[in-house]
Amino acid sequence: MEQSKVAVRRLSHWFGTPRSGLMVLDDVSLSLAQNEFVSVVGTSGCGKSTLLNIIAGLIDPVAGDVLVDGSPVTGPGRDRGVVFQTYTLFPWMPVRKNVEFALKKSGFTKKEKQTLVAHYIETVGLKGFENAYPNQLSGGMRQRVAIARALVYNPAVLLMDEPFGALDAQTRGMMQELLLRVWEEHRITVMFITHDVDEAIFMSDRVLVMTARPGQIKQEFAVDLSRPRRYEIMTSPEFVALKHAIVETIREETLKSMALVNGAMLPGEGG
Amino acid sequence: METSPARDLEFEGPAIPVRRRNRVKLLALREDIPRSVYLLAGTGFIAAVLVAWSIATYGGYISDLFLPTPTAIIDEGVRQYERGILVQDARASIYRIVVGWFIATLCAVPIGVLMGNFKLIEGLLEPFIDLVRYMPVVALVPLTILWAGIGDEQKFLILFIGTFFQEVLLIMDNVKTVPHDLIRVGYTLGLSRFEILRDIILPASLPGVWDTFRITLGWTWTYLVVAELVAARDGLGRRIMEAQRYLATEQIIFGIIFIGFLGLVTDYFFKITGTYLFKWTKER
Repeated sequence: MEQSKVAVRRLSHWFGTPRSGLMVLDDVSLSLAQNEFVSVVGTSGCGKSTLLNIIAGLIDPVAGDVLVDGSPVTGPGRDRGVVFQTYTLFPWMPVRKNVEFALKKSGFTKKEKQTLVAHYIETVGLKGFENAYPNQLSGGMRQRVAIARALVYNPAVLLMDEPFGALDAQTRGMMQELLLRVWEEHRITVMFITHDVDEAIFMSDRVLVMTARPGQIKQEFAVDLSRPRRYEIMTSPEFVALKHAIVETIREETLKSMALVNGAMLPGEGG
Repeated sequence: METSPARDLEFEGPAIPVRRRNRVKLLALREDIPRSVYLLAGTGFIAAVLVAWSIATYGGYISDLFLPTPTAIIDEGVRQYERGILVQDARASIYRIVVGWFIATLCAVPIGVLMGNFKLIEGLLEPFIDLVRYMPVVALVPLTILWAGIGDEQKFLILFIGTFFQEVLLIMDNVKTVPHDLIRVGYTLGLSRFEILRDIILPASLPGVWDTFRITLGWTWTYLVVAELVAARDGLGRRIMEAQRYLATEQIIFGIIFIGFLGLVTDYFFKITGTYLFKWTKER
């Protein structure tokens, strides 16, 4: 078996002390293959964002470890790009400077930087907005700049924490297609956190469903839909069947976390 | 698929709909009102105060000793200006304000930034600062004379004490409002803590810091009279204290209004430069 790009081994995490604290992750193991697009879904508070932050190196886990290309993660690093749910552009910089900021620590010359920045701004469809400030952009455009900023320094892994969560449904659909297009073009390993099952299936090669807190990987679903994908695929029978299965799995967890074990009280919603 | 026009929406009536006459709701909760009404309210209120003042004084309802007429105040201003006192006083006071505030700011910015970013430094200094900032500045005047003499240094010290201990906490709060995710972005891009501080936290907190400058300079103005309470030869605050001795009410009121006016000018300086410098903060 070839070495996985990202490997999470027996990861556990608490906030506070192990005795009195809140356990958020309980013995999570997973791996992402090279250039694989994997989504993690789960009820809110299941620890999926914590999982991503640990892989990003922003949180030190209490137990277990994370390997990228076989070497353990000890902190944040430029081999992993992160896109957050909140708008994280630097509001005092125009789009071009925001993207270029990510190249601060690279050895590129001024000229090379400019070429790279221009390329990625074009990739996310924002050519012509180089000099716009974030407050002049819509939410979707801001997240596109954030994606360009996370890609421009060519990380091996892209970690995305509900990047489209704050966007309206129409914009979100466009962003999903855009991200898929960028991904097909640049081929990179992606871990995508979301609570939107449609989004997870549409984008991913694999969908991991987490249990309610403390989070564990409950089940794994392979998505065998052909690529490149277009939004019409969302109404295909395979898609609907998969969605049904995933929604059921998440519902069990939601009910558990609401301590409503009597499933008969709430009729199933189907696809 | 066949689509049909929304017939239900058609109705008989005049071709141009009659415009509804919506009342302007001036007291709706948090709603905007016409700009003209807004400005009129502010100027109208000042005018009303002036009118009430005029009636009370010109009408002879209040003695000159308690409240002189507006004319007397203006005459006092002209008198001070013609004798050169006004410019001399203003120069002395503005110098003290600027130096006192500047020293306070020079200390408050780095210390506030450190407190806002490092819990250890916050824990170290905040209890002490909280203690000092509730001490009455007037009561510290004798001590400042003991420590700094009776020259301008003592004035700077009073203005510093009145300003610094408030300002440093405001700066700390300004720094803390920088979203944590911006700092996280810095880490993921491989920046060191110092680089994150310099290139992300400082520029991100600058608009708030600028506003703190505006507010604290206003406070420095309010401490001017305290600073010039003892052993000052000139200054706007000094002039007011002197007038008290001779019951020169018009001199007191002129001084108060003039200090208020200068404070307003500095306030608008920061407001206008702020909106110009930090256009990027405005969501549109």
